[in-house]
Amino acid sequence: MSKEIKIKKGLNINLFGEAEKTISELKAKQYAIKPTDFVGVFPKLLVKEGDLVKAGSPVFYDKHRENIKFTAPVSGKIAGILRGAKRVLQEIIIDADEEIFYESFGKENPDDLKKEKIIEKLLKSGIWPFIRQRPYSIIADPDTEPKAIFISGFDTSPLAPDYDFLIHGKGEEFQTGLNAIAKLTSGKVHLNINNDLPGSRVFTNSKNVQVNNFTGPHPSGNVGTQINKIDPINKGDIVWYLRPQEVITIGKLFLEGKFDVSRVIALTGSEIKKTSYFKTYIGASIEGMIEKNLEQENVRCISGNVLTGTKIEKSGFLSFYDYQLTVIPEGDHYDFLGWMLPGLKKHSFYRTFMAWLTPKKKFKVHTNLNGGERSFVMTGQFERVFPLDIYPMQLLKAIIIEDIDAMENLGIYEVDEEDFALCEYISTSKINIQSVVRNGLDIIRKEMS
Amino acid sequence: MKLIRNILDNIKPHVEKGGKFHFFRSTFDAIETLFFVQNHVTQKGSHIRDSVDMKRTMIVVVLAVIPALLFGMWNTGRLHFLSIGEAAAFWPTFWYGFFKILPIIIVTYVVGLTIEIIFAQKRGHEVNEGFFVSGILIPLILPADVPLWMVAVATAFAVIIGKEVFGGSGMNIMNPALIARAFLFFAYPSKMSGDVIWVSGMTNNTNIVDGFSGATPLGNALVGNLDKLPSPMDMFLGIIPGSIGETSVVAILIGAAILLYTGVGSWRIMFSVVAGALIMGFIFNLTAVNDYMALPAWEHLIMGGFAFGAIFMATDPVTATQTNKGKYIYGFLIGLLAILIRVVNPAYPEGMMLAILLMNVFAPLIDHYVVAANIKKRLKRIKTV
Repeated sequence: MSKEIKIKKGLNINLFGEAEKTISELKAKQYAIKPTDFVGVFPKLLVKEGDLVKAGSPVFYDKHRENIKFTAPVSGKIAGILRGAKRVLQEIIIDADEEIFYESFGKENPDDLKKEKIIEKLLKSGIWPFIRQRPYSIIADPDTEPKAIFISGFDTSPLAPDYDFLIHGKGEEFQTGLNAIAKLTSGKVHLNINNDLPGSRVFTNSKNVQVNNFTGPHPSGNVGTQINKIDPINKGDIVWYLRPQEVITIGKLFLEGKFDVSRVIALTGSEIKKTSYFKTYIGASIEGMIEKNLEQENVRCISGNVLTGTKIEKSGFLSFYDYQLTVIPEGDHYDFLGWMLPGLKKHSFYRTFMAWLTPKKKFKVHTNLNGGERSFVMTGQFERVFPLDIYPMQLLKAIIIEDIDAMENLGIYEVDEEDFALCEYISTSKINIQSVVRNGLDIIRKEMS
Repeated sequence: MKLIRNILDNIKPHVEKGGKFHFFRSTFDAIETLFFVQNHVTQKGSHIRDSVDMKRTMIVVVLAVIPALLFGMWNTGRLHFLSIGEAAAFWPTFWYGFFKILPIIIVTYVVGLTIEIIFAQKRGHEVNEGFFVSGILIPLILPADVPLWMVAVATAFAVIIGKEVFGGSGMNIMNPALIARAFLFFAYPSKMSGDVIWVSGMTNNTNIVDGFSGATPLGNALVGNLDKLPSPMDMFLGIIPGSIGETSVVAILIGAAILLYTGVGSWRIMFSVVAGALIMGFIFNLTAVNDYMALPAWEHLIMGGFAFGAIFMATDPVTATQTNKGKYIYGFLIGLLAILIRVVNPAYPEGMMLAILLMNVFAPLIDHYVVAANIKKRLKRIKTV
């Protein structure tokens, strides 16, 4: 039974720099896999500088869960292994071959395979890390069984790529991927779409899943919102989730027997001269996208969207899970009487500015904090952008005082940073809420293990 | 603008850590951020942040209070000249009140901000904007003739005991402005109640016109002189004796409109305070055994500090309940208690201050039960699935 769900609370932030619907191939010289993209993973390297790898060759594994391997997105030579403070592994950089060679994992029809075989294949090929779980938003534990699997078929975050455009014409791969995933749970696989957005035929034709329709503003596209509305997580429950391009990667593993992590990436943001889509591979160097394509030099490059993405250098690499690169101006300037003047060009959720009068108007925003950090003062604000049936401020306070019982009772198992991103954006007190939430999840995970 | 920036940039190195004047860091920071929003950029989490900040939010409240302040200045002058039987034009009337009230405001801000800055410096925080608002609210709930030293003592008490001991703005349990008033009310009752203190210059004056009364409507009502109440229109406009900012319901409603439009003040609280008062008033009407109990319920809304308290005091986000459902309960009980204290308690003519302070204390309890209900509901989910 598919469900119709209407989200009322939330906020769409309309920014300049949506990706134009043109697509070109990007052959980056370098690709990187970044262990920092994986929460809670302690990487143990399997390669050294100068080694040759194929797409799908293991690069490192997780010390805590040794069966979870991370493999090379492309074939080539390991060009560098970057470590940061305290010798933490930052990036494993690969000089890509002109043509990609793939490790062979064998063509198979997932319908003929047992669950254990599918899991084994996903683990071996390095596709497993695409499957994540709630609670904690970490890579799923292959030894458990989830009560349901969620796939969000649309993205409502600022300047989000159009998923229809990303997966157009990949119906067969998508369906094969779904068939494989469906074997991993005795519960349902939910594919959530938004009928207000141009519906993708790939999604509506899918079988073996329950297709639910969501409408409403951001964060209706967040998987956390969708889980809460359809099959909420109680203590002890596990839900797995992944995203459409990742399902296609799984489909290709079974259809073609290879680890093909090609991705369509949206290049967005007000500081990009010509926005567009690029076809490339996970971990691509962004140099080729932004070269001679920036309005100015003082910019911030974000792998992902402006609310939840990761800051990367201009010579940096896309993160493992991201479908988007956003470039916005840095806000490292003083704003004379900025808090007092009308501020007609400024975006705000609140009516102390004028932006609310023109909900369709687009804004150019920079990275300034727009104020100083304070204690929580205003109340009732987070609730307006937080559609989950949870008291956001009370949960945050429980996390800050590290009260584990209260965190459990108030719903820490259902949330991750992403769900609180809008709260962080609108916070009058400028509190780094996403860090607070991640800290809470880490505390609970430690306590439970 | 460039000039100010240059001056600030020149001073900045001296107040940074290790500089000669580091103990002025918070003072400098407060002044700098008054002129410029800092150049700090996001370090983690969301890369963009809303344009709003605490200063913007608080300045809206100050703006909303201005109509009541201006009216209070004029009304102070008007009552003064009326009491000595002199006719005066608009501007002299206004200036009389202006020069009477300005010193109170200055004393409040100087004392309060000094303490705030000292605490901010000690804690290594930035100065919180909460006192922007408290500093303008405190003068408005005092009589115009209040001695300045009393203003200073009350402000210091409110900021230190009412706020800073709990950890500063955002951590306090009770509304600091009301604490200041409650402090004066209980420490110096003779200066804060009675029939003569509400009109400027009346206390020790022998030239008062025969028959002029400085009693507030609530003062009259309490002793049973309901026939001496001013007309409802006078009370609505506010041309009656009372604390500086509380008398004019019109001016307060302009403020309410600003708070509601911007969403800075909670409509849930305002609405439920009024609802609570009306219901208590009706209950008294139905069971009336004296004239005061028979007073039409709606007249309570335009008497005394009710309107001012409902719009500016009960809505303080820090000391009110934090959940939306809790706000209805919190506001309702404030309205109910305020009228109950007014009508039944023989000692206090006005119940608003005490009702709000009492509910400030109970706000966390209300929230606790609202949140507990949510937890229960979410636990029930397990059984239904």
